[in-house]
Amino acid sequence: MNFETTIGLEVHVELKTNSKIFSPSPVEYGDEPNKNTNVIDWGYPGVLPTTNKGVVKSGIMAALALHAEIERHPHFDRKNYFYPDNPKAYQITQHDTPDAHDGWIEIEVDGKKKKIGIEEMHIEEDAGKNTHGNKFSYVDLNRQGTPLIEIVSKPDIASPDEAYAYLEALRQRLLFTGISDVKMEEGSMRVDVNISIRPYGQKEFGTKVELKNLNSFNYVRKGLAYEEKRQQQVLMSGGKIQQETRRFDETNGTTILMRVKEGADDYRYFPEPDLPSLNISDDWINEIHDELPEMPASRRDRYINKLGLTDYDAMVITQTKQMSDFYDKMIELGADPKMASNYLQVNVNEYLNSKQVDLDDTEITPENLTTMIKLISDGTISSKMAKKVFKAITEGKEPKQFVHDNGMVQLSDPKELQPIIDQILSDNPQSIEDFHNGKDRAIGFLVGQIMKQTRGKANPQVVNKLLMQSINK
Amino acid sequence: MNLLNKNIAEIHESLVNGDITAEQLTTEVIKNAKNNEDKIGAFITINEEQAIAEAKKVDEKGIDPDNLLSGIPVALKDNLLTKDILTTAGSKMLYNFKPIIDATVVKKLSDLGTISIGKTNMDEFAMGGSTETSAMKITKNPWNLTKVPGGSSGGSAAAVAAGDVLAALGSDTGGSIRQPASFNGIVGMKPTYGRVSRWGLIAFASSFDQVGPLTKNVYDNALLLNAISGHDEHDMTSSDQKVPDFTKNIKSGVKGMKIGLPKEYLGEGIDEDVKQAILKAADVYRELGAEVEEVSLPHNKYGVAAYYIIAPSEASSNLQRFDGIRYGYRAKDAKNLEELYVKSRSEGFGDEVKRRIMLGTYSLSAGSYDAYFKKAAEIRTLIINDFKKVFNDYDLIMTPTTPTPAFGIGEENDDPLTMYMNDALTIPANMAGIPGMSVPAGFSKDGMPIGMQLLARHFDEESIYKAGYAFEQNTDFHTKTPKMMGGEK
Repeated sequence: MNFETTIGLEVHVELKTNSKIFSPSPVEYGDEPNKNTNVIDWGYPGVLPTTNKGVVKSGIMAALALHAEIERHPHFDRKNYFYPDNPKAYQITQHDTPDAHDGWIEIEVDGKKKKIGIEEMHIEEDAGKNTHGNKFSYVDLNRQGTPLIEIVSKPDIASPDEAYAYLEALRQRLLFTGISDVKMEEGSMRVDVNISIRPYGQKEFGTKVELKNLNSFNYVRKGLAYEEKRQQQVLMSGGKIQQETRRFDETNGTTILMRVKEGADDYRYFPEPDLPSLNISDDWINEIHDELPEMPASRRDRYINKLGLTDYDAMVITQTKQMSDFYDKMIELGADPKMASNYLQVNVNEYLNSKQVDLDDTEITPENLTTMIKLISDGTISSKMAKKVFKAITEGKEPKQFVHDNGMVQLSDPKELQPIIDQILSDNPQSIEDFHNGKDRAIGFLVGQIMKQTRGKANPQVVNKLLMQSINK
Repeated sequence: MNLLNKNIAEIHESLVNGDITAEQLTTEVIKNAKNNEDKIGAFITINEEQAIAEAKKVDEKGIDPDNLLSGIPVALKDNLLTKDILTTAGSKMLYNFKPIIDATVVKKLSDLGTISIGKTNMDEFAMGGSTETSAMKITKNPWNLTKVPGGSSGGSAAAVAAGDVLAALGSDTGGSIRQPASFNGIVGMKPTYGRVSRWGLIAFASSFDQVGPLTKNVYDNALLLNAISGHDEHDMTSSDQKVPDFTKNIKSGVKGMKIGLPKEYLGEGIDEDVKQAILKAADVYRELGAEVEEVSLPHNKYGVAAYYIIAPSEASSNLQRFDGIRYGYRAKDAKNLEELYVKSRSEGFGDEVKRRIMLGTYSLSAGSYDAYFKKAAEIRTLIINDFKKVFNDYDLIMTPTTPTPAFGIGEENDDPLTMYMNDALTIPANMAGIPGMSVPAGFSKDGMPIGMQLLARHFDEESIYKAGYAFEQNTDFHTKTPKMMGGEK
């Protein structure tokens, strides 16, 4: 029997705002417990939430980046449940009127493009954290009220690879909006996964299984692949899939039953009476639209079609917005597109990896890197010299000045080079003879002698040209 | 000092003239209030030390001749947060709760130099109409100690009626300012929803709750509303509508005003004495040159049913934060988290609060949301439209505040439905968010006060004050004071 797979992803993204969604407390991590809290975060009697307009704006930005329809009069709802990390015993979220709905993003798997629908996305507050130990339980409300966007996919994702590609595309688009760091390892992106399978042609979806503990895109793909196979085996052997939650085991790549779901939780949603519904005007949306940075797909198109990069190069350059912005700035400053792309991909990335730093935190700027590339293009320095210059750039030195100070200017002037070549030729008659007898190797030897004489500064192209002219005379 | 026959302007004059200092005034007022406590029981806390310290500060700064409220003693309902002063909301759940912040209204009053002498008794979390659901004490009606003072702001109303203070703040979710004002023969205003900040008011039902003043007379009431109104950045439901000086046109009379008298408010279940008092009041307005005509509010009769779905629903959610974890009452000997929740809440809340939490939890649950909460929200819209229609043609609506005068202590305890019906005439204003005020309009045959309710369009408290003031000037009900407090009646 053949099966088709349906995967649903709910992605929580933490927004990068200065203050919390409903209180003026700062959003900061790693501080001592409960430092970044106030009466609102504690669920104190008599306090009221106030909506952080920046969060609403981020929601609109995300909606625009994901081609979603923006709700013009969204309101907040209360989701009620008791837990110590949830001090009001309700979470303020959007249940009735999500911020936006019916969006899509494009993914590419094995060269095939596909649109994945987004059911809805809404803004809500995060909960605090409980920890246990030392005979006590502790509640830290620093995270309480951190703004989140939850993005719910349509059941369009049909394979673990598509799920991976969807997450990658989603992460990238959100990253480019600048509203979140979208880092799974730091918890600013969290993924809830549902998967069901059904025989081909069957109309109804199969029974959903929820997967937990998927802490990287790779684990999502691995967990889903395992689960897809497991469910197929269960059905093939005449079994039934139960509605359950399973935990991904990182060590052996399997999923383990956590609990069977019995009935749905009743969160008693109702409209949040403390917050009036929002009014999202066309003007505001247009304003935010104008601020929205160009998305990676459009940048890739531009790089490939206008600047002549390969698909691969374009993909690497658009991995992060920082890199892509950096590249655009270099092009604007007149760097050769191909060379700029190469230097970013190879030298810059190598440097960032070895130092474990962000591009923004280095001395490398579009200006100094472009200057260096221009020095190479116009023959002032060789690509070999460029290695030293790049190192100097990372140490905060200005490339032109560095080249000058270190006498690194390449010898390209025939008037300067010709006497040296003549000298070398007259010192090595044997080589000339060898050359004329068909031993091409002799040229290599002569070039080496010239380079030695000029301490590596001679421009190899010019030397080659002049040497051939002289030797053939 | 007994304040029974005084008003704010008179006391202000004595303070300005130096006949009495704020400290002396506060000391005497507290002494009198303490004496009255044995009889009435209006207060949960009398904050003598803080009050006298505040009064001293006012004296040091000097009484501001342009600020009628400087140095005036007031009382605050115990669901308003007062920094470092016990704030219980009438519940065992908060028996030990001393807030670290002031409610916005509390801060506004104290910034104007009023002296809060204490926190008044109330139905637990403002749920009730007799102040009997308080976990703290029973408050008695100064007009007859066997009667309830009404509720939930019963302590505030009794404190004013007994002459303890000239003004007190209450809160009104379904009538909790107007009904006790009516039962105690005083003036009580529930402002337009959004007129007054709710920051620091311990929430009962957030879409209805509104803080307002209870006073001896209409003018004093307008002074207090001036003081507490206005947009608050801490409360997104507070309006940025401009706040007028409510005393400015208060004396301009009702000539030419159109007043609607809804027939549904004088029908079945309305006590005959109450009905006659309102009909007489209508005549007073006619004599003063207003047009009083019968109108209809056909959907108002569903108000109680819808209110007792929406308000408990919101309350069930609002009161979840009282979980024994961060503040207030925590049960002993809980063995695990669930037990801590269940025990703390079972022991901390009283019966009426539990009843409403259950009602609300049920109304919001997945199977009943559409049939109950949603339906009730639709009724709310119909009630809003009832009022809109009438206010197209009329400036004001006049009704009885309550179907009957104050009932006996213990009389309705076992009959929540009858208790709920007491709110039938006040609930619609909360449903619609419009302002409503109760003014003294007569006495029943057995000498209990009767209140008239005046309703107006959103943010038109001015018309209510005008009509209330005109009525007062042409009647003497508000000058009557309870005999047992040293009054004449």
